[in-house]
Amino acid sequence: MSQPPSITLHVLESPESDGQEPSPDNERALHTSFHQLILEQSSLLEAGLEMELRERDRESPARLAIPDASAMGWREPGQGEEHPSYSSASLQILASMPSRTIGRSLGAIISQYCNRMAQLRRRSSRPPLQQLYRTARPSLRHYDLESDPSRATLEDKRSLLVKELLSVSPNQCSHMLLTMPLSLAEKRILRRRLNGQRGPLRQHTHSWAPFSSCAWSKVCVILGCRGLWYRLLSLLRTAQPWHYALKQIGGRFGSSVLSYFLFLKTLLMFNFFSFLILLVFVVVLQAVYPPASVSPQPFTGLELLTGAGYFTHSLLYYGYYSNVTLNDPCSSSPEGSTCPLAAPLLPYNMPLAYLFSVGVSFLVTCILLVYSVSRSFRESVGSSPEDLAIKVFCAWDFKVTQRRSVKLRCENICTQLKELLVEQRSLSRSRSCCQWLGHCTVTLLAWALALGSVLGCALAVHYISQHMHVVQQEQRARASGRWQREAILLVLPLVVSLLNALMPHLYNLLAMWEKQDSPVTRVYVAVCRNFILKTTVLSLLCFQWLSRSVTCTTEECWETCVGQELYRFMVMDLIFTLLDTLFGELICRLILEKRLKTKPRPEFDIARNVLELIYGQTLTWLGILFAPLLPAVQMLKLLLLFYIKKSSLMWNCQAPSKPWQTSRMSTVFITLLCFPSFVGAAAFLSYTIWSGWKPSTNQGRGGC
Amino acid sequence: MGGSASLLPRDALRADIPEQAGDLAANPFQHRICHVFSTSETGDDSMSFEDFLDMLSAFSDSATSEIKSHYAFRIFDFDDDGTLDRKDLEQLVNCLTGQGEESRLNSAEMEQLIQNILEESDIDKDGTINLSEFQHIVSRSPDFASSFKIIL
Repeated sequence: MSQPPSITLHVLESPESDGQEPSPDNERALHTSFHQLILEQSSLLEAGLEMELRERDRESPARLAIPDASAMGWREPGQGEEHPSYSSASLQILASMPSRTIGRSLGAIISQYCNRMAQLRRRSSRPPLQQLYRTARPSLRHYDLESDPSRATLEDKRSLLVKELLSVSPNQCSHMLLTMPLSLAEKRILRRRLNGQRGPLRQHTHSWAPFSSCAWSKVCVILGCRGLWYRLLSLLRTAQPWHYALKQIGGRFGSSVLSYFLFLKTLLMFNFFSFLILLVFVVVLQAVYPPASVSPQPFTGLELLTGAGYFTHSLLYYGYYSNVTLNDPCSSSPEGSTCPLAAPLLPYNMPLAYLFSVGVSFLVTCILLVYSVSRSFRESVGSSPEDLAIKVFCAWDFKVTQRRSVKLRCENICTQLKELLVEQRSLSRSRSCCQWLGHCTVTLLAWALALGSVLGCALAVHYISQHMHVVQQEQRARASGRWQREAILLVLPLVVSLLNALMPHLYNLLAMWEKQDSPVTRVYVAVCRNFILKTTVLSLLCFQWLSRSVTCTTEECWETCVGQELYRFMVMDLIFTLLDTLFGELICRLILEKRLKTKPRPEFDIARNVLELIYGQTLTWLGILFAPLLPAVQMLKLLLLFYIKKSSLMWNCQAPSKPWQTSRMSTVFITLLCFPSFVGAAAFLSYTIWSGWKPSTNQGRGGC
Repeated sequence: MGGSASLLPRDALRADIPEQAGDLAANPFQHRICHVFSTSETGDDSMSFEDFLDMLSAFSDSATSEIKSHYAFRIFDFDDDGTLDRKDLEQLVNCLTGQGEESRLNSAEMEQLIQNILEESDIDKDGTINLSEFQHIVSRSPDFASSFKIIL
C-alpha cells in the first residue's frame, strides 16, 4: 500500500448520482478524498484476496451463506487476460462495485435495499437546510452503504436496514420486505427485529406520525383483513376448474398451446355472466308464468340439430316470451273491456325486462372484455423478441416438466436459434432487385387469390341462400313432409361450415407457396386471411337477416326464425369442429405412422382453433336477442370442445416447433374478439332494435 | 409462512430435491436452482423446507418481475461470480439446446450468438452482463414472467 495504483477507471454511473458538477475550487479536494476511498478499498481487497486464495485452495468457490464483507468473491486476477484493456487493479475495483456484488452477496442485497429506502426517505422528506450537495467529500454527498468501510459487517447492515424499515409505514414496510430477494430465514430475522423494536417505539415521537394505540389497532384490523383476503384467494385458486388439466397441457406442450385453452376458459366466463343475467331476469320468470301457447309438436331427435319443431315454442326462442306484464291477471282479457281485478303490487313488464337484460348482459360483457384487453396489452408491451438476447434469456419455459417434452423443447430452441442466426446472416446480405421483384409479385398474387376466394365464397353463400329460400317456398306450397322441410333448413349452415373448414387449408397451401421470410409474418397473414373470410360471410348473413328476406314458416315470427338459424349455425360449427379434429388430427397421425413410418405427428394449429372460437362466440352474441338461452348452448359447446380438444391433443399432437409469441398473440386474439366481433354483434343488435323494430304481429299468444 | 418454530429439527427436513421433485426432475437447470435456493452450510445443495418455499415463492404468480429476474440471473450465473461472462453464456446456451450432440450449436454459431447477445445487452461494454443490465433486457420481454413460473 505504499503508492496508489494507477487506475483507468471506468466508473459505472451509479443511479444515485445527480450529475452535479464539482465546483472548480473543490476539485483537488475531491480527488484526494476519492483517492483515499480507493486506497481503503484496495487494502480491504488485498487482505480479502489473500484470505480468498487460501480458502479456494481448500474448498469450492465462495458460498453465499458466508456473511462477511471481506469474503466477497471476485474474478480471479488470472481472468484479467480476457479484458486486456483493464489492469488487474481496476478489475478489483470493478469487482467490488455494487453492480457486481449484488448478484451474489447477501450483504450487498441488504445494502442495496438500505440505500433505496434511504433514497425514498430523503425524497419524501423536506430538503435539508444545509445544502450538502456542494460538498467535496463524496462520502457526505452520496452516502453509499456499500462503500462505507465502517459498516462492513452483515449485522451492521441488517440493523441499518431495520432502522430504515421502521421509518416507513407498516404497509410500505411489509411491501418492501415482500419485494426483497432474500431467503426466508433472512426475512424472518428482519421481521422479528422489526416486531421487537416496534413495541417499545410506541413511546418515541417520530417524524412520520405518533404511533397511537388507535392507529395501531387500525393497522391490526387492516392486517387481519388482508390475511383473510389471502386465505380467500388461495381457496379460490384451488377451486378453479381444470387446474390439473391445464397444468398437464402446459407441462407437455408449453405456454403457446396453453393460451388456446385459457382463451376458451375466458370465453366460458363471458358466457356464464351473460347467461346468469338472462336466466335470473327473463328465463326463470317466464318459466314460472308460462304463456298459453299452441300445443308443442312431438319431440324427435332432429330438434337438437335444427332447433325447430319441439323447440320452436319453448323458452329457447324469442317467440315464447310474453309481450305483456307477467303477473297482471288482466293482461289476457280482450282490449276495450274493463278489468274488475286490481293491478298487482310489483308488475313485471316482460318486454322491458327482456330488452334491459340483453342490454345489461352486453354491458357486462363489454366491461369484462375491455378489462381483459387492457390487461393483455399491459402484459405484452415490449420490444420485438427477435433480439437474440431476449430470446436466449426468456427461452426456457419452466412450466414444462415432462422428460420427453423437455427434450423436444431443447430441440426446438436449438432449431429456432439456428434459424435466427441464419436469418441474421442473410439480412446482412442485401437482396438483389430481381429477387425482390419476384417476391413482391408472388405476394401480390397470393393476396389476390385469397381475396378472390373470399369473394367467391360470399357469392356462393348468397346464391345458395336464395336458392334455399325458393325451395322452401315450393315445399310449403307442396306441403311436403316435415323431415324434408327440416332437412332443407340444414343446407345453408352446412355449406358455411364446410367453407370455414376447408378454406384455411387452402390458405396454408398459399402460404407455403408464398414463403414469407419471418414465421411471425406468416402467422399474422394466415390470421388476417381467415378473419377476412369469416367476417365477410357473417356480414352477408346478417345483411340477409336484416332485410327480412328469410322467413321460415307462417307459424313463427321473424325473430324466432333468426334465432333458429343461429342455433343451427352453432350446432353445425360444433359438428364440423369435431369432424375436423377427428380427420385433421387422429387420421393424419395414423396415416403418418402407418404409411410414411415417420415419427412427427400433426401439430396443433393454434391460430386456426382460436379463430374458430371467436367465430362461435360471435354467433352467440349475434343471437342473444333472438334466443336468450343461446349462451347456455355456447357454454355446453365450449365444455365439450375443451375435453375433446384436450384428448385429441394428448393422443395425436406434438408440441409446436415454430416460435409463437404467446403474450403478443393472446393480445391480438382478445383484441379481435373485442373489436370486430363484439362491436359488430352489438352494432347488429342496436340496428335491429333501433330501426323501428316492430315485433311481428303474426302470432297468437307469444311475444311476436 | 408465519410460524416461527417447526416441530422437527431443521436438519431432519433437508432432502435431495432434484430426483424427487417431479416438477424439477427433467429441468436442465435443476442443479442451478437447487444451488441458488439452498442455504445449507455444508454446501451439498440440499434444500430445507424453507428453501423449497423460497423457490416456489420466486416461481409463483405473485412474485414481482424484479425478484424473478434477480433469481434468474443467479441461476444463469454458472460460476457464481456475480456477472454473466462468455463462459456463463456458453453454458447457458448448451443447457438450453440440450445434451445431445446433434442439437448443439457449433462453435462458429455459438460465437456469433454470444457476440450478438453481448452487443444487445452489455451497456457498459465490459464484456460481461451484470444484474442491472440483465434486469433491463429482461424487462423488455413480456414473456419472461410467464415462462419463469412453476405451477403447483
